[in-house]
Amino acid sequence: MQMMGSRRGDNLYIFLSGELDEHTVADVRTRTDRLIDENAGLSRAVFNLAGLKFMDSTGIGFLIGRYKKLRKYGMAMFLEQPEPNADKILSLSGIYSLMPKI
Amino acid sequence: MNEMQLKFLSRSENEVFARNAVAAFALPLEPSLSELSDVKTAVSEAVTNCIVHGYAGGEGWITVLCRTDGDRLELEISDEGKGIEDVERALQPFYTSLAGEERSGMGFTIMQTFMTEFSVVSEVGKGTRVRMSKRFGAGAPQRAANAQ
Repeated sequence: MQMMGSRRGDNLYIFLSGELDEHTVADVRTRTDRLIDENAGLSRAVFNLAGLKFMDSTGIGFLIGRYKKLRKYGMAMFLEQPEPNADKILSLSGIYSLMPKI
Repeated sequence: MNEMQLKFLSRSENEVFARNAVAAFALPLEPSLSELSDVKTAVSEAVTNCIVHGYAGGEGWITVLCRTDGDRLELEISDEGKGIEDVERALQPFYTSLAGEERSGMGFTIMQTFMTEFSVVSEVGKGTRVRMSKRFGAGAPQRAANAQ
């Protein structure tokens, strides 16, 4: 599971790739939270899911956890380019009402 | 008709192995990519439950039974862990017994939605058994086995 951050203007882009499940989530959570802490003060965080080949409901918990963290910093959260598998789970969970797909 | 049985320790690193093994077993049924992805997700949810809830991070055996019958894949995923006290409540969307842990409470909902049939039997102190099946061929025409 890889995570890469990139800052563009007032946006923090977070690129997730690989397979997100119970085994991989702890490490990516730590690294993502560090990246968010380093970029606190920006307006938005955009999670790019194009490289996420697999995700189960662990991913929902992960995204909601980051949403809560970002909200404390006053940062809005968005999701982009989910694969069909992830998109199906994200839609089912209703998570797009918290973090819109752009 | 074909059958397979997997038995492995409740370590999270075995999740990727379990879902990919079941997907590989199901390939002769020529599922679509989307159907195969549904099966992998449902297996991942069930195995995660065994690890996180059944054995609560401790070590025990998880058994995955797979059977194909015509265009149908049948799965039985079980643990010998602590069991579920209130199955009806556990099945409710967004309910989680581990509220402090970034759990979505969506595992059973995803299994029910992604598979054709679903049932769960649990006994406190004895363990939990999830039975699921999926009938392939109802959806998109693109076949995973021919995709590459």
